[in-house]
Amino acid sequence: MKKIEAIIKPFKLDEVKDALAEVGLAGMTVTEVKGFGRQKGHTEVYRGSEYTVDFLPKIKLEIVVDEAQLEEASKAIIGAAKTGKIGDGKVFILPVEEAIRIRTDETGAEAV
Amino acid sequence: MKAITHKLKQSLLIWLFVILPLAGLSPTLMADDEAAPPEAETTEEPASSDTEEAESTDEEAEAGPVDDYQGLLDNQGEYAPAFDFFTTSMLWTVIAAAMVFIMHLGFSALEVGLTRSKNTVNILFKNAFIISIGLLTYAICGFNTHYPGSEFDAANGWFSWGSMIGDLNGDGGDTWGYGGLSLAMTGYGDFIFQAMFAATAATIVSGAVAERVKLSSFLIFATLLVGVAYPIVGSWHWGGGVLEGMGFKDFAGSAVVHAFGGFAALACVLILGPRKGKYDSDGNVKPIPGHSMPLAAVGVFLLWFGWYGFNGGSVLSADPGPLGLVFTTTSLAAAMGVVSAGLISWVVFSKPDLSMALNGALAGLVGITANADIVTPMGAMIIGLVAGVIVVFSVAGLEKLKIDDPVGAISVHGTCGIWGILAAYFFQVEGSGVELGVQIKGILLVAIAAFAFSAVVFGVLKATIGVRVSDEEEEEGLDKAEHGAEAYPDFN
Repeated sequence: MKKIEAIIKPFKLDEVKDALAEVGLAGMTVTEVKGFGRQKGHTEVYRGSEYTVDFLPKIKLEIVVDEAQLEEASKAIIGAAKTGKIGDGKVFILPVEEAIRIRTDETGAEAV
Repeated sequence: MKAITHKLKQSLLIWLFVILPLAGLSPTLMADDEAAPPEAETTEEPASSDTEEAESTDEEAEAGPVDDYQGLLDNQGEYAPAFDFFTTSMLWTVIAAAMVFIMHLGFSALEVGLTRSKNTVNILFKNAFIISIGLLTYAICGFNTHYPGSEFDAANGWFSWGSMIGDLNGDGGDTWGYGGLSLAMTGYGDFIFQAMFAATAATIVSGAVAERVKLSSFLIFATLLVGVAYPIVGSWHWGGGVLEGMGFKDFAGSAVVHAFGGFAALACVLILGPRKGKYDSDGNVKPIPGHSMPLAAVGVFLLWFGWYGFNGGSVLSADPGPLGLVFTTTSLAAAMGVVSAGLISWVVFSKPDLSMALNGALAGLVGITANADIVTPMGAMIIGLVAGVIVVFSVAGLEKLKIDDPVGAISVHGTCGIWGILAAYFFQVEGSGVELGVQIKGILLVAIAAFAFSAVVFGVLKATIGVRVSDEEEEEGLDKAEHGAEAYPDFN
């Protein structure tokens, strides 16, 4: 099993979710995060004074998949999240030791 | 289309089988309502006059409701002819008092919106306390200090300490004779309307000192400001003291409420110092944005709404002429304040700033508060326009001077309070009798008195128990540090 952690632009979330559903993956966890890579921050003005905001809002999407589905899952995410402009995000793939479904105590591939 | 016609059919059926029978079951008058509106109106009139005639014949026989009314009139004694207008005016007064109360809701929301969420509980606590202590002290000693009456004893129009309010209905306090046309309300009406004003002065300070003031010190200061300073300074004008003697014009309190609060806030902020992290080591401003613009905006709209009670109620009767004028001038000034502050911030700071536009509304409102009953609609608009410009530069300017005011209270109430007092001279209609020299003297007196009182009290507090939380407490947030609570404990 592998875990995909994807940092994407917030407005892309629905598209990515739909793309994953199309390849048969319907379970995931999302969190609102802030971050930056090479995408620079921007200046804002508040009551007459300028300041820079470095951290930009992003969505972190986490999904654990069977190795067999890893490639199509990644492709789906990347395809849906890409805009071609700076700040599109990144995908990280991590190994997962074990997965357990709480309701039924199933483990391994059945739990994912 | 099918879905729509289905819904139409459903509603028609509901009307036919539920509402019409219900209407049919109600008394005759209700059944008349069923018909098309014009018919209902004409049929209603004869029906109601029929019932009236029926009632009066009943009365003559049974001595009922009309006798009660006659009793009320008799209680008014020689003032009976004014009873209807007296009743209407008193009703307006208590409604206006409730509307001024809403300004506390507005100010709470505005302060919460323009500060960080880690201090929200603290701000709300201070606001809840201020309105409460304001009302209590005003009853215990404030009202009678504010309005010493005909014997303004001791220092001749400067100071007269009052006692707790007693039975304000007694001695004709519930008749037209209490205040006549210039104060068409009962003693209690007078009390409650003014009591709501008292606390607004203190609440101005709470915004300016937010996010770093020590709670206990602030509560002590606020109690003294509202309980002692406010009624004394107020007595100089509305209580018949020195300012009144000079011919000072301050319709609803640009000076004695707003500038008073603004300059008290200035003194406290100078003694307190800016928030940690507001200025970097080179002295540049590092903005600390508020955590909820929606709350801030709602707060301003509530304040604007409450202001109709603040200015409208200050007509002190239901006199239609001044009442309509004051509502109009108040609205136009606020509106122009929004537009002017919003546009100015756009031009000067390259982006239209919502918080500035909101402050602009309040600036316009403070600006019109001194003179709403003696200016024309055009005058009101210009007053609001200028107030909007002033507040933008005042906020930015004070900030650059290292005077950290999270909500802009000093600029909105202090600077624009001065503007309102001067505008009373510049925009007065013929025959208002406002003199520039008097206005200047008066506003200086109020501003200096508020500043001096606050500087002394807050200074003493700083020297004794301290007025500021520690650096760690400020970083952690006052909610955790002072209250052991979180405003948003949920995971949202």
